[in-house]
Amino acid sequence: MTSKVVIRGLTKSFGPVHALRAVDLEVASGEVLALLGENGAGKSTLLKILSGDYATDAGTIEIDGRPVVFRGSPDSKRAGIRVIAQEPEILKHLSVAENIFIGGLPLRNGLYIKSYVEQRAAEELARYGFEEVVSPATMGSDLSPAQRQIVEIMRGLVVSPSIVAFDEPTSSLTENEVTALFRLIHQLRDKGVAVIYVSHRMHEIFDVADRAAVLRDGQLAGVRDLAETTENELVKLMVGRELSEMFTRTRVEPSQVVLQVDGLVNEYVDDVSLSVRAGEVVVIAGLIGAGRSELARTIVGDLSRTAGTVAVDGIEITSHTPRAAMNAGIGFAPEERKAQALLLKRSVRDNTSLAILDRLTRMLFVRTAMEREVVLGIVERMRVRTPSIEQEISKLSGGNQQKVVLGRWLARKPKVLILDEPTRGVDVGAKAEIYAVIDELASTGIAVLVISSELPEVLGLADRILVMQAGRIRGELLRADATEEAILSLALPISESAEESHR
Amino acid sequence: MTSKTVTEGNPAAEDAPVSTGRSVFRKVFAVVGVQNVSLLAALILLVTVIGSQDSNFFRAQNLLSIGSAVTIFGLLAVVQTVVILLGALDISVGSMTGLTSVVSAMVFTSTSQASIGMLAALGAGLACGLVNGLVIIYGRVNAVIATLATLAAFKGLAQIISGGRSQGYTGTDPVFTFLGRGQIGGVPFLIIMLLIVAVVAHVVLRYTSIGRNIYAIGGNPTAARLAGISINRYIISVYMAVGFIGGLAGILLTARTGSGQPVSGSEGLELESITAAALGGAALTGGKGAIPSTILAILLLGVLSNGLTVLGVNPFWQNVAKGALLLVAVILQQRRAGQRAVGLPA
Repeated sequence: MTSKVVIRGLTKSFGPVHALRAVDLEVASGEVLALLGENGAGKSTLLKILSGDYATDAGTIEIDGRPVVFRGSPDSKRAGIRVIAQEPEILKHLSVAENIFIGGLPLRNGLYIKSYVEQRAAEELARYGFEEVVSPATMGSDLSPAQRQIVEIMRGLVVSPSIVAFDEPTSSLTENEVTALFRLIHQLRDKGVAVIYVSHRMHEIFDVADRAAVLRDGQLAGVRDLAETTENELVKLMVGRELSEMFTRTRVEPSQVVLQVDGLVNEYVDDVSLSVRAGEVVVIAGLIGAGRSELARTIVGDLSRTAGTVAVDGIEITSHTPRAAMNAGIGFAPEERKAQALLLKRSVRDNTSLAILDRLTRMLFVRTAMEREVVLGIVERMRVRTPSIEQEISKLSGGNQQKVVLGRWLARKPKVLILDEPTRGVDVGAKAEIYAVIDELASTGIAVLVISSELPEVLGLADRILVMQAGRIRGELLRADATEEAILSLALPISESAEESHR
Repeated sequence: MTSKTVTEGNPAAEDAPVSTGRSVFRKVFAVVGVQNVSLLAALILLVTVIGSQDSNFFRAQNLLSIGSAVTIFGLLAVVQTVVILLGALDISVGSMTGLTSVVSAMVFTSTSQASIGMLAALGAGLACGLVNGLVIIYGRVNAVIATLATLAAFKGLAQIISGGRSQGYTGTDPVFTFLGRGQIGGVPFLIIMLLIVAVVAHVVLRYTSIGRNIYAIGGNPTAARLAGISINRYIISVYMAVGFIGGLAGILLTARTGSGQPVSGSEGLELESITAAALGGAALTGGKGAIPSTILAILLLGVLSNGLTVLGVNPFWQNVAKGALLLVAVILQQRRAGQRAVGLPA
């Protein structure tokens, strides 16, 4: 088998963070290579280099034995590469057909004819077995997450590429759609396309791929023939240590209920009730788009609600604003660290003290000595690695940035902490430290509510697991009964019709 | 492709922290800031060139007149910097100045009380700022569009109440005369006014929680909101502060010219104030900028304008120079921010 793509010594850093270090990889035509690794291991960076979105710092890429340099995504497309994004950009005001053919609409006699484009889209959908899933005339804004994913996949395929990379394509798909997708991938493989398949889900890798390459902390941890390896071996390659070493959970007997949520209803969540006790870690699991982040934002008053109450220590928060939630003792670290939590141009000090400035002022003037002392204490407790607290926060690694975000809320001595994907984009070492901090916080009597998409993390952290699907809590699992399969079966849509009726 | 081929697309690596700052220059740069060092260098260069062409340039009289000339747009540039720090913009400041200038002169004329005229102007300014803030927040109108609309509306109001002509005569009133031409210890009162406003703005931004929250809102409004900062209150307050300073600028315009001016003397102040803020390094995306840098930029603009006049350059070229300077300032900023040249700029 000759290699279609040969990658040698690929290296890429972002400031102090090494996203990829000297990675070698080969993919042959007519092969499906699974690319495994935890969040932050470098999978996305590798895909973005292949798609031409990132330039490399060092290393070479050869296609069909010829070295290539991508100066932008058009270069990569011309080389026959398509990267199917995990969270696709769908143009809301265009139809499915137009979304699929975007950038190269099929014309008849040089004219755009709507019915013709839709007919061509229908043909392409039928060719890959997705004609049942989505119709060409549907508008982009009306698509479910699964349908969006299918549209994105079709976009990549209509141009007959020779190399296709899928970035966690199944995270929002139902079982039937997954089956259709796998059939499609095997179709591509049999036609001689080189396929790269990124996923977290161990069992499906064995179904779909021929070989697996594992990335860990930006380095290639190993390549295995899937016929000759086991799930356990792959997990060990991914994590670099036994999973059990990652998590330290000191169980404390949970006492009284601190956070009580009753019957929350809005555009995103449907009659959600839950409670978290002091010293307890409750994890909300579910698929992307299940409404978990929106639930968190509704609890803290950042999204408005049509019904429902939130109470801390039995006292209802009557004003539905983040400020009121904060004053009631809720701390909230949102999902998107850079977009929602950090002041990127400001120092570690400014970022840490952001939520406690009101406690650090005298006559509006910030008491700098006091601020320094508090911030230094937090930085030390959170083990933030920074040359100084005056360092601009954008210069720190993702893990250290995340510790600052957690520290910001710790500084307020909260009763409840809500952490949305606290380890996203964080390297393995920092992950273990963040888990340790969460454990420590819970053991001091804080009620912790975590949202996580990573099943090992869900299982490792939680005392109790709530699974959300389509804005509702579908089920509750105690730590002892929870398995990946149990969580997934609750997280997946029950059937198409159930989803229809929800919309 | 070898390792040397691609170093682009990684802006973070370029601004990596300077750990071995042995050279004196680096220390100076670190304390004063690259922005201010470049501004000072440009200022020195400009002064040298103009001074060598015209010996009158360095006379105290000329220097003080530069100071007085920059005061009105300087005041607006200081508050414009604060608005820009929030991540917004106020292009109605010039019209506001014209409107409050007319108000101050007309109220003074009808009451013969300078203090009432001035209070009326400040009140009108506050009202203008309140309108801007309310339209932006509750009308959900982009700040540029909102203040573009009020730029037209305020100017129209000024012309309606003044009948399009300059109004009143304040040249005989001692208070107005002092504001426009008075001196304290040989320093024109106008310059002192600018310094007071600049120092207050600087202290608020640098040392109080209000200032820190303004930087936070401009840097990341979501983070600020989730940290319990009442963003709306800050936006309204900052726009009202701009209105207040706009009122002050209107009063000073009246005092300098001796009458209320609906358009003359205030038109184009929005351009000058934004240019000064941008030249001073205030990021138009918000969250970055400082008053001392804006003051340096104000001086630079003042010297440039004075120099071009002294050198006998056709005054119409001054507008070209101001426009070019604004573009250059923003282009440099965007380059430094590592923006890629794809699509519309962020």
